[in-house]
Amino acid sequence: MSKDIKIKKGLTIKLKGEAEKTISSAPRSRTFSIKPSDFHLIIPKMVLREGDKFQAGDTIFYSKSDESIKFVSPVSGTLAKIERGAKRVITNLLIEADTQDTYKDFGVLNPESSSADAIKARLLESGCWPFIMQRPYAVIANTEQEPKAIYVSANTTAPLANDVDFSLNGKEKELQAAVTALSKLTKGQLHVGIGKSGSSPFKGLKDITLHTVSGPHPAGNVGTLINKVQPVNKGEVVWTVAPQDLVIIGELLLTGKFNAERTVALSGSEVKAPKYYKTKIGSEVSTFLYDSGLNSENVRVISGDVLTGAKISPKGHLGYYSNTVTVIPEGDDYELFGWNKPVFDKISTSRALTFSWLMPSKVYDLDTNTNGEHRAFVMTGIYEEVFPLDMYPLQMLKACMVKDLDQMEAMGMYEVAPEDFALTEFVCVSKQPHQQIIRNGLDIMYKEIG
Amino acid sequence: MGLKQNLHKLKEKYRGTKMAPAFNALHTFLYMPNETTHSGSHVRVVDDLKRTMNTVIMALVPCLIFGIFNAGYQHYAAIDGTLRLDPLANFFTWDNFALGALKVLPLVIISYGVGLLIEFIFAIINKHEVEEGYLVTGMLVPLIVPIDIPLWMLTVAVIFGVVIGKEVFGGTGMNILNPALTIRAFLFFAYPTWMSGDKVWVHGAKEMTGQPDAISGETILGSLAQNQEPIYSIWDSFWGFIPGSVGETSTFLILLGAAFLIYTKIGSWRIMLSAVIGALAMGLIFNGVVNAGWIQEGNTFYGLMSETFWHHLVIGGLAFGIVYMATDPVTGSQTNMGKWYYGFFIGFISVLIRVFNPAYPEGVMLAILLMNVFAPTIDHYVVQGNIKKRMKRLKAKTA
Repeated sequence: MSKDIKIKKGLTIKLKGEAEKTISSAPRSRTFSIKPSDFHLIIPKMVLREGDKFQAGDTIFYSKSDESIKFVSPVSGTLAKIERGAKRVITNLLIEADTQDTYKDFGVLNPESSSADAIKARLLESGCWPFIMQRPYAVIANTEQEPKAIYVSANTTAPLANDVDFSLNGKEKELQAAVTALSKLTKGQLHVGIGKSGSSPFKGLKDITLHTVSGPHPAGNVGTLINKVQPVNKGEVVWTVAPQDLVIIGELLLTGKFNAERTVALSGSEVKAPKYYKTKIGSEVSTFLYDSGLNSENVRVISGDVLTGAKISPKGHLGYYSNTVTVIPEGDDYELFGWNKPVFDKISTSRALTFSWLMPSKVYDLDTNTNGEHRAFVMTGIYEEVFPLDMYPLQMLKACMVKDLDQMEAMGMYEVAPEDFALTEFVCVSKQPHQQIIRNGLDIMYKEIG
Repeated sequence: MGLKQNLHKLKEKYRGTKMAPAFNALHTFLYMPNETTHSGSHVRVVDDLKRTMNTVIMALVPCLIFGIFNAGYQHYAAIDGTLRLDPLANFFTWDNFALGALKVLPLVIISYGVGLLIEFIFAIINKHEVEEGYLVTGMLVPLIVPIDIPLWMLTVAVIFGVVIGKEVFGGTGMNILNPALTIRAFLFFAYPTWMSGDKVWVHGAKEMTGQPDAISGETILGSLAQNQEPIYSIWDSFWGFIPGSVGETSTFLILLGAAFLIYTKIGSWRIMLSAVIGALAMGLIFNGVVNAGWIQEGNTFYGLMSETFWHHLVIGGLAFGIVYMATDPVTGSQTNMGKWYYGFFIGFISVLIRVFNPAYPEGVMLAILLMNVFAPTIDHYVVQGNIKKRMKRLKAKTA
């Protein structure tokens, strides 16, 4: 069964430095890092101590609120350092990797013949559970709730993001194992959204409901898929899994090994030779950054895409969920009369002496300058043009800012994640931090209601 | 780039001090700041509030320049009526410009000077950056007051409008009423003799009252309200060679401004279009009432009611109000659906007030202020529609 979904509202941002479709192997990283902040609202309870040795797949810590949710090591090595921040919150776990990985063996599990409980137990003990996110609240899935449906978006529309049609090519076997296993965990369906063109590795798979999603970004966001298929109602839970994480889940079931391998897109205008690299979760980005070469020193390295990724240092590590690393120029410079002169080389949604509307196919080289200062919300009607979900983005943001829980709930807060507000943040004239506002709003709801 | 470095050093030096907002306000006019994104979207569009406001100001400049010429022209034409025979030849003259500039520029200077001073003071007190909202307000104010308004009155009104109309709510983006119209409404109710009647719209009219060469500065609306045939044609009115508030007379230039605002996507075409529809609808209703014979010649309302319905858009300040003030995104409706209702009622009520309030025939100011108050209510019901849809979905699921 296949359905066509077409969205009209949105904005495809065309940026310079798209990754060339060739895969290189990144040199083995000496250290790996796991940042608990990648797992939103999870408080880690350490199992290992500094200096402990472990295999890939061994539990490093578990969630304080739900001990069954385990977080495992992507490689074998030694826990070199537990870095802590204010109030002794763990900010970073630094792993010194062995030169060769040894894997903990979880045993093969045939998803076809296994029961839902067996699959669930395997995902939990092997550290694959954190790949399953839930809505509402956009956090790691609650182990006690059964989802209404599971959603996977394998459609790349975010700027310079990893084209999963390419990077997951040849992983059909792993994907099939993972979707068969996950589809047993829900009474509903497992919905997969793919792009209109291209050869998606999901095309021939069974146990899924395939949707073709076309239109501008955010057509590829899983939130858009959920909203167009069946929006989340109050009291319901749906799960979302990223396609690249399905591969890890699938491989675990098929081989019994937690293989944290990722095909990462290295892109952005500051990368000399943007292309794809095979590496592992948590590896040093410098292992492939300097293999491709950078155009300048003053750059912003982002683990993720430019709309939703996290800022990391050039010596930093790949985020737990990232499959893209983007490098763009820093914009920490002043621009004479930047606010009133005609602009040809930056994107604008208005035509106020800005001319990007004349050149719809132009590829831009944007930097990190905010192009203006933070202000109160003034302009109206601009967010709706890039926001395909059936709700009122400005009113939602304001409800979050004043912490009006009833209004947030009524307006559809259960349906959204911060990434759904990445585009409205991009076009915001008042330079408000939309994703942060939504995140804070979700956190308050989670605390008060969830 | 010595200047850039020096200013940067000064900014760092004053960072966190009381005067920092004042310095930054001036600095950011010269240079777009070096601020970068930290979280969320790492790249942003080039549009910011300064650019947005600047676009509106650009759309207002033709009205201001025309207003300067018109101020001089109306004065000289009132003394020598033969000038009106060929307005085009006698309009763009240095004499008109010199006199007009002498009268209009002080209004602009007072409006910006006083308003921005208050903005700076509040920015320093409240420790936030100086916001750009007043840039447009400061330009609107001189364009919507009579030419001979005493400067002290304008000063008092601007202080009232900015403090009570905006700052008490928290500044730009938080206000309920359009600040420029708040200023005008204050003037209108506090000093009515300076804001209405037939002696305020032409420079010098008041001083010369009773003298042998006394001049009349009756506006079209004023004439119609008294059931007199106006002395200006509808084309005079369209091009703007008529007495009125400083910058609102030329419907032609306002149309150009509207086209520019819609093209740049800064002004809401929904509000403009629906306000025009609203005004036409009310005009048609009144025309219908006259045609049905319910209102006879000689009735107080006959003059305005019988005016051809589309003339309402050309005479008076309605067009100016619709294009530049009803479209204020902060005080207007914020949902696209709501904008249709909001605009429609502005046009509708403007013409209604115009006809039924002979003491003050221009209704657009009050209509916009009224709808400013109702805009949040309109939005509330629009959002409720979306909420109800969600509730229905939930019910369908549980049923």
